[in-house]
Amino acid sequence: MAEIRKSEGFIDWLDQRLAVKAFMRVMMTEYWIPKNINFLWAMGVVLVILFGVLLVTGLLLLMYYKPDINLAFDSVNYTIMQEVEYGWLWRHMHGVAASATFLIIYIHLFTGIYYGSYKKGREMIWITGMVLFIAFSAEAFSGYMLPWGQMSYWAAQVITNLFSGIPVIGDDVVIWIRGDYVVADATLTRFFMLHVVLLPLVIIVVIAVHFYSLRFPHVNNQDSVEFDFDAESKKFLDGDKKESKVVPFWPVFLSKDFFVVGFFMTIFFALVCYHFDFAMDPINFEPANSMKTPAHIYPEWYFLWNYEVLRGFFFDIGGMAAMDIGLIAFVIANIVFMILPFLDRNPMNTAPAHKRPIFKYWFWLLVCDMIVLTVYGKLPPTGMNAWVGFVAAVIFLGLFIALPFITKHEAKGDEQ
Amino acid sequence: MATCQKRRDFIGMALTGVTAVGGVCALGAMKKSWDPLPSVQSAGFVTVDISTIQEGEARSFQWRGKPIFVLRKSADTPKNAKRDVVIGEKIFTLVIGLCTHLGCIPSYDAKKKSFICACHGGVFDASGINTFGPPPRPLDIPPFKISGETLVLGEEGEEYKKLIAKKA
Repeated sequence: MAEIRKSEGFIDWLDQRLAVKAFMRVMMTEYWIPKNINFLWAMGVVLVILFGVLLVTGLLLLMYYKPDINLAFDSVNYTIMQEVEYGWLWRHMHGVAASATFLIIYIHLFTGIYYGSYKKGREMIWITGMVLFIAFSAEAFSGYMLPWGQMSYWAAQVITNLFSGIPVIGDDVVIWIRGDYVVADATLTRFFMLHVVLLPLVIIVVIAVHFYSLRFPHVNNQDSVEFDFDAESKKFLDGDKKESKVVPFWPVFLSKDFFVVGFFMTIFFALVCYHFDFAMDPINFEPANSMKTPAHIYPEWYFLWNYEVLRGFFFDIGGMAAMDIGLIAFVIANIVFMILPFLDRNPMNTAPAHKRPIFKYWFWLLVCDMIVLTVYGKLPPTGMNAWVGFVAAVIFLGLFIALPFITKHEAKGDEQ
Repeated sequence: MATCQKRRDFIGMALTGVTAVGGVCALGAMKKSWDPLPSVQSAGFVTVDISTIQEGEARSFQWRGKPIFVLRKSADTPKNAKRDVVIGEKIFTLVIGLCTHLGCIPSYDAKKKSFICACHGGVFDASGINTFGPPPRPLDIPPFKISGETLVLGEEGEEYKKLIAKKA
């Protein structure tokens, strides 16, 4: 053990026992961030704040929520909304933050794609980020079910039924996941466990890994220029702050982040106080009824693109059942972003999309296609809508099939 | 020294073995904890009276938490010998009312004489055969037994076995 001397103060006392000064240097004051990045790089910190909001409001809701099919609906819609002081605030903050988290995740994700931040040494950041996306999706889905409303009940019924697509054991797996032949009390209590304990733990661990993986290849920048972080940070420490291309995470970079967070939180609380229902479905204010399906089922807005890929294939092709094609497409849609670093075959070019000759069209086509999928995911799948959904789903898959060829071609152009 | 190393290897392997066996058993126990409870599994048999169903009317009952559709076919509804349940002169379609795509409940449209699932646009004819959309197979037939004009759901009667045999 190191020699412990009489401390000069509280921080020094802690430093002798936990090395807090070294920790702060590595994590904050000497964690270097490039100067040439824009507000889109603040989305990570916005997400951290949102996750904090979800955690704290979740704890407050947890004190009154009852995970029982006979009590759940009223514990949310009566006890929390009417009786608990400020219960409405926690609920609306929790609900709006869930939606906002996905909005910011999508911005975060498309920023990464646009600036090529998934490439060349940053694969682990990208993959852990996509693991987080999947964990958040599971968290959102399990939480959506808890108020036991009509739409959340049927969403749970439909999503758990997806597992029946697994060959041979599918139907048994569905019963196993639900703990009953239909979505019932056993399903509610286990989803409750997932939502409040297991998945938040997983998310916290993966967030830690995501941050850790960011410390080595460093943050990408707007112009994708490579520079020597050691040399640049030395300049900064030597007092040449103007010449240096980097700033420390704390306090310089975070001060800019806090501005973005402040701006975002203004909008967030405007939504919470005046438009808390923008992400809430009226059908979910009817108690769940296992004997009656709502006329039209659709998920929350952030899963619509995925949902439309699932149901886009509505006719059999070459002896394959429409349902199986849809399921396969759905599974591909869920994992294809994760392997993006390996689909982009242009190793040289980490430039932002607007500087890449072909990739820029690919990127904007992807964004447009996902917007189309999202819009049509909410519309009834009949007549013309079904065909638009089909074409958009095919384009979505096609884009990812084409990506390796496009980027390979692009790479050849770069060499010339 | 050599014997000592051997002894350590043995202790290491023994420890690994015990841990592995314990781990597998624990996983098995965890899997079983997620299985449906005995009280759920035994919620098996329901008796329903179908004598009052009118021609062309579809009624739904609940069995194991699932909706069961009983449609009494009218004279102009197409028949399907492979799926019809005949009691005297009455002809019924008896199916589990969950779309075989993702498990939503379709509704019976008497005019079009078909079960229509709004969720993903699946359509089944009056015999429960899938005619349009993503559903991969006809609506399932629940196990049933006929006694007079009542049905016992959950019990595999003669008629049920015949229907299942015809399918195969």
